[in-house]
Order: sequence, then C-alpha cells, then structure tokens
Amino acid sequence: MYNFDVVTPKTVADAVAALGEEDAQALGGGQTLIPTLKQRLASPSKLVSLTGIDEIKGIRTDESGTLCIGGGTTHGTIAGEGSAYPALAALAGNIGDPAVRNRGTIGGSLANNDPSACYPAAVLASGATIVTNTREIAADDYFQGMFTTALEEAEIITEVRFPVPEKAYYQKFEQPASRFSLVGVFVAKYADGVRVAVTGASNDGVFRWTEAETALSSNFSADALDGLAASADDMIADMHGSAAYRAHLIGVLTKRAVAAAG
Amino acid sequence: MPKDHGIGASSKRREDVRFLTGTGNYTDDINARGQAYVHFLRSDVAHGRITNIDTTAASEMPGVVRIFTGADFEGIGSIPCGWQVTDRFGEVMHEPPHPVLAQGKVRHVGDPIAAIVADTLAEARDAAEAIELDIEELPAVVNMKDALKDDAPKVHDDLPGNLCYDWGFVEENREAVDKAIKEAAHVTTLELVNNRLIANPMEPRVALGEYNRANDESTLYTTSQNPHVIRLLMGAFVLGIPEHKLRVVAPDVGGGFGTKIFHYAEEAFCTFAARQLARPVKWTSTRSEAFMSDAHGRDHVTKIELALDKDNNFVALRTDTLANMGAYLSTFAPSVPTWLHGTLMAGNYKTPLIYVNVKAVFTNTVPVDAYRGAGRPEATYQLERVVDKAARELGVDPIALRRQNFITEFPYQTPVAVEYDTGDYPATMDKLEEIADIAGFAARRKESEAKGRLRGLGVNCYIEACGIAPSNLVGQLGARAGLYESATVRVNATGSISVMTGSHSHGQGHETAFPQVVAEMLGIPEDQIDIVHGDTARVPMGMGTYGSRSLAVGGSAMVRATEKIINKAKKIASHLMEASEADIELKDGQFTVAGTDKSVAWGDVTLAAYVPHNYPLEDIEPGLEETAFYDPSNFTYPSGAYACEVELDPETGRVTIERFSAADDFGNIINPMIVSGQVHGGIAQGVGQALMEGCVYDENGQLLSASYMDYAMPRADDVPFYSVDHSCVTPCTHNPLGVKGCGEAGAIGSPPAVINAVVDAMQSGGHDVTHIDMPASPSRVWAAMNG
Ligand SMILES: Cc1cc2nc3c(=O)[nH]c(=O)nc-3n(C[C@H](O)[C@H](O)[C@H](O)COP(=O)(O)OP(=O)(O)OC[C@H]3O[C@@H](n4cnc5c(N)ncnc54)[C@H](O)[C@@H]3O)c2cc1C
Repeated sequence: MYNFDVVTPKTVADAVAALGEEDAQALGGGQTLIPTLKQRLASPSKLVSLTGIDEIKGIRTDESGTLCIGGGTTHGTIAGEGSAYPALAALAGNIGDPAVRNRGTIGGSLANNDPSACYPAAVLASGATIVTNTREIAADDYFQGMFTTALEEAEIITEVRFPVPEKAYYQKFEQPASRFSLVGVFVAKYADGVRVAVTGASNDGVFRWTEAETALSSNFSADALDGLAASADDMIADMHGSAAYRAHLIGVLTKRAVAAAG
Repeated sequence: MPKDHGIGASSKRREDVRFLTGTGNYTDDINARGQAYVHFLRSDVAHGRITNIDTTAASEMPGVVRIFTGADFEGIGSIPCGWQVTDRFGEVMHEPPHPVLAQGKVRHVGDPIAAIVADTLAEARDAAEAIELDIEELPAVVNMKDALKDDAPKVHDDLPGNLCYDWGFVEENREAVDKAIKEAAHVTTLELVNNRLIANPMEPRVALGEYNRANDESTLYTTSQNPHVIRLLMGAFVLGIPEHKLRVVAPDVGGGFGTKIFHYAEEAFCTFAARQLARPVKWTSTRSEAFMSDAHGRDHVTKIELALDKDNNFVALRTDTLANMGAYLSTFAPSVPTWLHGTLMAGNYKTPLIYVNVKAVFTNTVPVDAYRGAGRPEATYQLERVVDKAARELGVDPIALRRQNFITEFPYQTPVAVEYDTGDYPATMDKLEEIADIAGFAARRKESEAKGRLRGLGVNCYIEACGIAPSNLVGQLGARAGLYESATVRVNATGSISVMTGSHSHGQGHETAFPQVVAEMLGIPEDQIDIVHGDTARVPMGMGTYGSRSLAVGGSAMVRATEKIINKAKKIASHLMEASEADIELKDGQFTVAGTDKSVAWGDVTLAAYVPHNYPLEDIEPGLEETAFYDPSNFTYPSGAYACEVELDPETGRVTIERFSAADDFGNIINPMIVSGQVHGGIAQGVGQALMEGCVYDENGQLLSASYMDYAMPRADDVPFYSVDHSCVTPCTHNPLGVKGCGEAGAIGSPPAVINAVVDAMQSGGHDVTHIDMPASPSRVWAAMNG
C-alpha cells in the first residue's frame, strides 16, 4: 500500500464533497479495493469510506413492491434479509466466504463491474435501476463492458431498485480457483416477459441473451431453449475455459436456471 | 480395547493445542530488537540482461539502510545443489551458478535482482520503486521440448544448451528392453504430463538474520524442514560461516510439503546482510512472492510403454521423461526425476526389464524440486495409468491384471536397483475391495446415471521408497550429504525426558508420536516426555524431515538412544538393588529383580544418576543422557491400493469425488489417528493435483496462475469423507520399530486413482477417451468428451 488518508463521512452529501478532491476514491467493503491497494496497483490520496453512511444501508420494499437495497448494504445482509427476492438473496449468499460477505457491498460490486461478478447478472436480468447521488440509471444503460460503467467520477451508488419477478434463478458455474462465476446465468420471469443475463462469459462483461429471452417469454420451460446456442464470438478464453466452452455453458446453465426457477 | 497410551494409541496431538489457540511460535512471530526489513526487487520478465541498475537515488530515500545488488555478492558462494547426477555417458550434470541476487541476467519471473533493507517494509518498497533498472528482454524458453531445440535461447549462456543431464537407468538394460518391447504380444503406449504444482503451505516463507558482534555468531530463523541442512549448505557453501558460529532455528513451521527443504537465496541474504549491517534483517514472503519464488513441484512430460506377453504378463517397461528443472538447480532437484523416480518404476509388479530415460531441462521458470512424494508420484502416476490403459485395451479387469502381475515373494530385487524387504500387495488389494465396496459399484453407477451423471471407478496400487536413506548408497548415487538421523535422549533428574531429534515437525505430529515410542519403551507416561527439534543449538545434528523418513530414521535413532538409556539405567538400578545387572527388568516404569519382590522406580534411578551419593561411580559416569546416530540399511517400502469413485456431469465436464478409499501397508503403526490424518492430507493434495491445481506459464514465461484467483487449491468441500485403512501390516525388516513411513503415500497413490476414475466415467458415457491430463478441470473434461 501507499500512504493515504481515510475519512468516514456520515452522509452522502459529505461523501460526495470529500470525493471531489483530486485522487479521492470511495471505499465500500474493501473486498476488491483493499487487495488492489496492497498490491500497489492503485494510489488514491484519500479513501472516502461509505461504511458510516446509514442512509445507503438496508433493504426495504416500496409501495409498488420494488425491492430497494441501499448501495452500502453488504452481501451478508442481502443474503439474510433479502427473502422478498429469493434468487437474489441466494446469489448474495454464495459470494465468496463469510468474511467477504460481511464486508463486501452491492454498490461496490456494481461500481467495480468485474466481468465475473454475480450481481451484474441479477441487476441486468431484473431490469433494476441504479440510483446514485445524482440520477437514476437503467440497468440496460449502466453496464458498459468489463470494469466499465455509466458512473461518473465521484458518483456514489446509493440504492439499487429491483422489480421482483414472478420466478427467477441464478445458476452459477464456479471458476475452480476463485469461485467467481466462470459463467453465471440469471433468469427472471416477469408478467411482461423473461430476461436472461449472463456474466463471466463475455469480453464485453455482463450481457442479455436475447434469443433465449424471446424463446422463454413465449414458453418458460427448459425445452424452449432446445436448439438455441449462444455464440462463442467475443467470449472470454483463458486457462479455465475456452470461448466455445463458455458459450456451451451458457446454454446448459440457462436451461438449468429455468428448470430450477420452476 | 485400543491402547490409550504408548505405541498403537491414538494419542491426541499435543501440538494442536498451541496451533489451534493461536499460541504457536512461527518465524514471523519472532522479532529482533532493531530489526530492519528487506524487500526484494524481483524480475518481472522471464529472461533478460540487466543493462543498468542504479540505486543512487533510491538509497537516499527515507528509512533506507542499504540496497544490495548482485555486485555485492561477487566472491560470495552460489546457492548450492545437494545432488550431482551422472548421465548415461558417465558425465556429470551441468550445474550452473545460482547467485543470491541476479548477476548480469535474470532467468525467471521472480528472480531477485536487488534487496532493499530499510527501517520499515513500506520504506523498502518505496525505495524499490526508485531503483533505476533497465533489462534488455531476451526470448524465453518455457516449454521443455522447445528448450532442447538446437536454436533455443539458452537459460545459461555458459552451458552448451538447456540440457542439464540425460540419464539412463538401468543403462545396461536399454537394448534388452528395446528388444522385448519390439517382440511383445502387446504394447500399451501413453503420453502424459505430470502437471506442475505450487506447494502453497499455509505459512509463506520467512527469514530473520541476526548477527552478534560480541561473539561473531550469526543466527538465522527460518521456515525450514531441516535447519541443520540449511546450516550446512549456507554456512559451508554460500557464506563461509563455520558451524560453531552459525545457528539456524526453524521454530513452528506452518506446513512444508517439500518446498521448505531447500536452501533459498532469501535465507542467505538475511544472514549475510545482518552481518554486514550488524543489525537484524527480516523478510516475510507475501503470497504473491511465494508463487514465484518457492520451488515448484512435478512438471514432467513422459512417454511410457508397457509390453505384455500373450498371457498378459508384464515383460518390459520403457519410459522417456522430460523433467523441468526451472532456471536454477534447487537443492535436491536433480535427484527427484532420477533416483526418486527411476528406482520406483517397477511399482508393485514383477516386470523383469525396465529402462528409464530422463532428460532434465533448464527453462525460464521458477526452480522445480521435491514436492510431497517427489519423483514417486510421477513414477506411480505413469505406471498406474499405463497399466489401466493396458487393461482397457486388452479388455481385462484392471484389478485382475494388477493382481496377476503382483510381486509376491520378498525380499524382491527389482530391475531398477532397489530391493523391497516386505509387502503383501494382494492383502492391501483385498482390503481395498472390501472398504471401497467395489462389488457395489455397478449399483452406484446406475443411481448416478439415473440422475444424468456418469460414474467412474479408478483403482491403482503404489509403492514408494521412504525412510530416506542409506548414506553409503545415496553417496554413490550423487548425494552430497549423508542421510542418517540423530537423537539425544536427555533424562532429567526427576525422570522427565527431553528428546532432541533432527526430525523437524511441521504438521506431522512428531511431538505426540515420538514420545509414545519412548513411553512404551520405558513404561512411563507420555507427558513426561517432550520433543525438542528445529534448532541447531539444541539438537546435535539432523538431516531433517522429508521422504517420509522421520519415524523410520529419526525414530530409529531415538530408539537406539533410548536403548542406551535403558542399559545405563539398569546398571544404576542393579547397584541400588544390589542385584546382578542381568536380572534387572524394566516394566511400567519400575525396575525389578527377576524372581524377587525388589523394585525401584524410574524416578529413583534417574535421581541417583544426578545425585550420585549411592552410585557405581567407579563403573559409570553420573548423568543420564545418550545420543545415537542411525543410518538405515535400506529404504522402506510402504505400499497400498487406492480406489476413487467420481461422478461426472457430462453437460459441464465437472467431476466430483464421491468416494475415496485407501488401504495402506505402512508397517507398524505408532499413532493410528495421526497416520489417518497424514493419509487424508496426502489424498487432498493428490486430488488437488488430479482435478484442480495447475501452474501455468504463458509462452513468454509470465506466470499466469500467480494467485489464488487462478491457481485452484482444493477446499474442504472438494474432497469426500475418506475411507482409510492401515490394518495390513508387513513390518519393515530392517529398522527397530518395523515402521515404513506414511507422510507421502496419500499424495502418491491418489492422482492415478482419480484419473483412472475420470477416464472410466467418460468411457461409460460412450466417449472414446483413453487419457486426460491433470488437472482434469471441467473445461478439459468437457473438451475431451467433445473434442
Ligand atoms: C475471496 C473473494 C471472493 C469473492 N467472490 C465473489 C463472487 O463469487 N462473486 C462476486 O460477484 N464477487 C465476489 N467477490 C467480490 C466481492 O463481491 C466484493 O465485495 C465486491 O466486488 C466489491 O465490493 P466492496 O463493497 O468490497 O467494494 P470495494 O472493494 O470497497 O470497492 C470496489 C470499487 O467500487 C467503488 N465503490 C465502492 N462502493 C461504491 C459505491 N457505493 N458507489 C460507487 N462506487 C463504489 C470503489 O471506489 C472501488 O472502485 C469476491 C471477493 C473476494 C475477496
């Protein structure tokens, strides 16, 4: 690590002000950022810890039934208190280990947008809305490729709003070493159609598998996917799997997710 | 009733109390007053020429004590290699120098270039970034076949090429083997890779050097499996410090698995710098550094051919192996693919003709050396895979084919130099069939298939050579050290005992098992006995812990010393009871005179030894302390049979281990619980190798699997509950305890069982796959089935 200052503001407004300084950076649960700092791969002058801001923590259901999760809510809290959206709670409960889940936050995960992270699949498949200190961003506009999002400098994710689907399931196939998703598929069925989001697989980060969405929207069963294959173009190829393998897994996992969603 | 103390009892591991309550004393827990910290600037390229290194500005940085580079080590010795292999043509191997800090060239990612000593670690790291360093990158050799090409870049400019040696064993058998293979009724051929591994002990390496100006003594605290060996190698060969001025301490060590046997540059550096600076210097490896500086394991590429006659008897075996040495020769590296591998190629079978060829190759990768099993897993894996493949080709039952070819008479002289003293391979196979419920497999396969899964069964045998090793023999084979062990049994006045042993314990449970032996011999409680190890100032001599040698060799030394104690104590007792020495018996801590009711307690005898008022001073000295050195007359040969059952998800290629059974013959057992634990851990590592672990370099020599994000270690939920049995006992015939060693068996015996099972599962699904290389990761299995 290099030397840095830390501040722990109590409000979003104070945090935003602190982030206005040159080379200041937000710190969520630190589960991604702290290892990066330890490796000296980043050198912020000031860390603005969001852990003291109560207004961005916690889970509530608004009057329209939307599940609203504060950006500073930990995976552990979502796993334990997110029962209104079981597939999402299960996803959170399967991230890392208890230490990671008790520190890491949904806001941090979404801001980071790791191509193998789990939440991006849930957010995109749910058509969720990402709320920041300045605006609301639709999931379809938010994810812009690996480690890239619509967030501006010093913009803080304060809340994520999930319309709760009729049925949903997240099928994760773990990369053997990191246990992040080698491929993860989140299927969510709403009254007006089905959304399928895939993480871990593409060089462009999380994406929607629209052919599968069309097929499943007219017939929500695993059989509806017969004959459909995701393209291996632009899939990640590394020591854990070829592009063809990842493309193949998308098909397998989507079917399993649909079957498990019931 | 199982025993509750002494030999054969499952005494609870006393060392676990401190390990599990956070009160262990590991090297990093030791801090010397005024210590400075060193950070190593390491190469980020695999191969390059250092064209400029300027530390002027960096030396001015806050807190910097001094920055060392290769130039500071001119005239200082090279990190030595402890074993010299002679090749097929009678020439000795190529042995390039291994500088403490790079001189002129860097040869692997992680090669240390400069060492920055500063008041704090952060200051040392800051200064490292201020060093001006120019490296002209050179093409790297990573793949062994490429490295042996005529036009390959040379890792060491002064050598003729990248070949370290070309070893043939037994060279005289070469033509006869060729002929037998040519004429055989059936030949099964298999090409395979024994994947490169990174040991990853839980505790990374640490070194703390100290220097005492008052008496010119150096002390090194280090994470080592063998502090005396480090004292010898570093003192005599690198730094020129005589033994009486050099103390090496290896306190609690958090796992070694082989990779902490070797003498490393960082140890020499901290000892050297502490002297230069007259200030303690400490280095603690980060996990990232461990990946690129701890010696790696395995990394063999092999072609094996097994010839059978028309009745399926094995008639000849021929193997060709390329063995990766990495960029420099680590301490025991040359011995691993040769004497620890070629000598085991007979396995459990009476194959009359065997020829093993090994070419050791330098590459621009981290040095490769012994890792749990060292050579013997490589031998076992290829042999048990080719036997399995032969059975499938011939359409015979793999177990029956093995049984048919078992060695059944002992002692057995193999065609590869070693003589097995005892064993009963049919017995361990019988036991395995029972505990693995082989008969029930077909039904379990049906159940799996009903769930859409393939199920495979893999069985194999193994033999290993442990209890390393007869010194005169290994001397002839190129070892530059003896491989005896020493023990001092110090009986204190009140009867309590300290046993100083050269066998270091870093997870093996010696502190519990060794006292069980002494307690049994003397008939006193185990808790009266403590083990002292890991400190050259407290233990007379030691060759350390590896090669499953501790109990067989170190334990035997302890038995010999305890026998001397008993002899002397009987003399004292005979004096106290005014009886003839020949009539004295020792039982349950009491000395008695045969045929009388006279007795004197252990504690009275020991007290007399130290308060010799009524004592045969004219015949014997006061005190009760004895030392013995034990040099084994042969290796020991543990053996066994293993079975693995896997389930394979054909859609994803994911393999899960459903059952794993191990029937081992370890000779006599001192502590069954500890033995089971050793087998459990070994199997976990073997399963890790077979399914998960793989060290991957790209073609430029960049380490891709450089962290736990990409290097897959097995976790608790990756392994099943094992069924292990060690009730088949053929005691070793040549050591006093009749023990054989159990530390490596699990890691040796399990990889072929897993891969045999995976191949079986794939074939049961109609896939024409005859082999898959380790690790059989989901993507590889899927590719194999869909390739
Ligand atoms: C061992 C381990 C296993 C893991 N396994 C998984 C897994 O299986 N699946 C998975 O999805 N993830 C996994 N993770 C990642 C984990 O979910 C992290 O917690 C998460 O990616 C980052 O969240 P954080 O709160 O820790 O963010 P930090 O590390 O604090 O920050 C990450 C980035 O987000 C920014 N940031 C943080 N909070 C906000 C905010 N509210 N608004 C705007 N920017 C913000 C920071 O400035 C930084 O750039 C794992 C991590 C570890 C260490």
